[in-house]
Amino acid sequence: MQTVQNHTGAESAGLNAAVNVDEIMQKVAEHKGCGTSGGSGKASCGSGAGANDLPPEIWEKVKNHPCYSEEAHHHYARMHVAVAPACNIQCNYCNRKYDCANESRPGVVSEKLTPEQAAKKVLAVASTIPQMTVLGIAGPGDPLANPEKTFKTFELVAKHAPDIKLCVSTNGLALPDHVERLSQYNIDHVTITINMIDPEVGAKIYPWIYYKKKRYTGVEAAKILSDRQLQGLEMLTERGILSKINSVMIPGINDEHLVEVNKAVKSRGAFLHNIMPLISAPEHGTVFGLTGQRGPTAQELKALQDKCEGEMNMMRHCRQCRADAVGLLGEDRSAEFTTDKIMAMEVNYDLDARKAYQEAVEKERQAVVAAKQEELQTLAGAHSDIKMLIAVATKGGGKVNEHFGHASEFQIYELSTAGAKFVGHRRVDLYCQGGYGEEDALGTVIRAINDCHAVFVAKIGGCPKSDLKAAGIDPVDQYAGQFIEQSAIAYFKEYLDKVASGEIEHVAKGDAVIRQGALIAA
Amino acid sequence: MAYKIVEENCTGCCACEPECPNQAISETSNGLFVIDPAKCTECIGHYDEPQCVAVCPIDLTCIIDENYPRYEAA
Repeated sequence: MQTVQNHTGAESAGLNAAVNVDEIMQKVAEHKGCGTSGGSGKASCGSGAGANDLPPEIWEKVKNHPCYSEEAHHHYARMHVAVAPACNIQCNYCNRKYDCANESRPGVVSEKLTPEQAAKKVLAVASTIPQMTVLGIAGPGDPLANPEKTFKTFELVAKHAPDIKLCVSTNGLALPDHVERLSQYNIDHVTITINMIDPEVGAKIYPWIYYKKKRYTGVEAAKILSDRQLQGLEMLTERGILSKINSVMIPGINDEHLVEVNKAVKSRGAFLHNIMPLISAPEHGTVFGLTGQRGPTAQELKALQDKCEGEMNMMRHCRQCRADAVGLLGEDRSAEFTTDKIMAMEVNYDLDARKAYQEAVEKERQAVVAAKQEELQTLAGAHSDIKMLIAVATKGGGKVNEHFGHASEFQIYELSTAGAKFVGHRRVDLYCQGGYGEEDALGTVIRAINDCHAVFVAKIGGCPKSDLKAAGIDPVDQYAGQFIEQSAIAYFKEYLDKVASGEIEHVAKGDAVIRQGALIAA
Repeated sequence: MAYKIVEENCTGCCACEPECPNQAISETSNGLFVIDPAKCTECIGHYDEPQCVAVCPIDLTCIIDENYPRYEAA
């Protein structure tokens, strides 16, 4: 493996495109070779890419970014500010009219903010949640269709909170017009939603775009959008800005095609690919919701992610959060920071206190990695083809530290002799609560983790315990408070021993349901 | 003559405001948008299609206001 050279050169010589693309592609290629299976002492590639398998300056950029580093998402928080209400395209999975306080999905937000309100909110949140390291602008429309509001917000935040990383998520239509400005504002993470590279596929996803003072429809619209997205991605790569690609997996429309998308974005220097399940509950009123377009099952999603993983890093920890989300991924504390509340807050932005807190987080994080590495040694030399999934109830910090009944999501790990690999998460809370008794809630949980052999929890009551067992899911509370991966590897080792001795028989599990929208009674 | 914005449909997304060549669109106190019929030219002479209609995410939100005669370019 070659060492990385002259990164600063790559960033400063932004005009010499040909040279820079090669240089950056070189860097991307360097970590691409790492195994996806983890293995002896090496952090696994994919979204779990760690310090050992990324070029140091890229690691430096992503290590505290919960959306770019799976490892970081256990420890660091992000926030979105909803300063960008306008959009320049229409997607069939989005309905701009719909909003609901109990709902969590992209493009939806309860109140829009001015750049000044947004900056105040960022400072208020950063002072309350010291592990909040990233500010993203993701909508509820398209940030680059609202360039003045977006850049004004970044300018204000950079001035008052220079330690916060800035990033932006866009559909890409206006991206080529703003890449230069993005690089001037020191934004080193950009997410582009790319659902297709074939306009025929695109025409089924995008009814229209608004471009250069004109509304385009059909294949023509999709062609313009695709060209602009890929051009924008190339321009970001030339400037050394890290790009993550989001793709919505729409079964029957672009599911197979996303393998081609994956190759196209990888060859243009994208750093991470995030394939997300379509959210299409009928009550959202989206075109796909109304036409009955289904989202993928857990197995379908994982199979596609696995298929693309050989090509590039895959993100599997995306929570598809709202344009005003606040907190660790998987939690949303936005209700604590409404405009009324933040305007009344005394904000004391203490950079040193934040730094001290983050140093403590860093220690905890290193302890997680060390514990995992140590436990991995115990699997050395073990041979087995068995792969199994487990679900984990966690509040963060990389530990098994949530009560079964309190979990609003479970993190999913795949266990094999290569170790424990994070492969996703399952929501189990109800977006719109009401009318469903606890019995239904338990059924929901079981359906959501039905592909798992075990569920790790800090604590669990007797009733759910026996129901889980009946469903073939082993409730495990012996690792309460301990590190997830270390515990998972220890459990797997024990499991293999039991299979080897004939005490238990390994049976494959079925598929699971990805929760979305309000619960639809079966 | 003029276009108008159907209040029940407007989401307040503000996409139309900067696109109007006549600065005829403004935000109301409740965060939605209105078109000043005295300023609206239906984009005649500016663009092939009315810009508020072209950019609005909700169908049938920016519509012809029947209370005014059609605009005629001078």
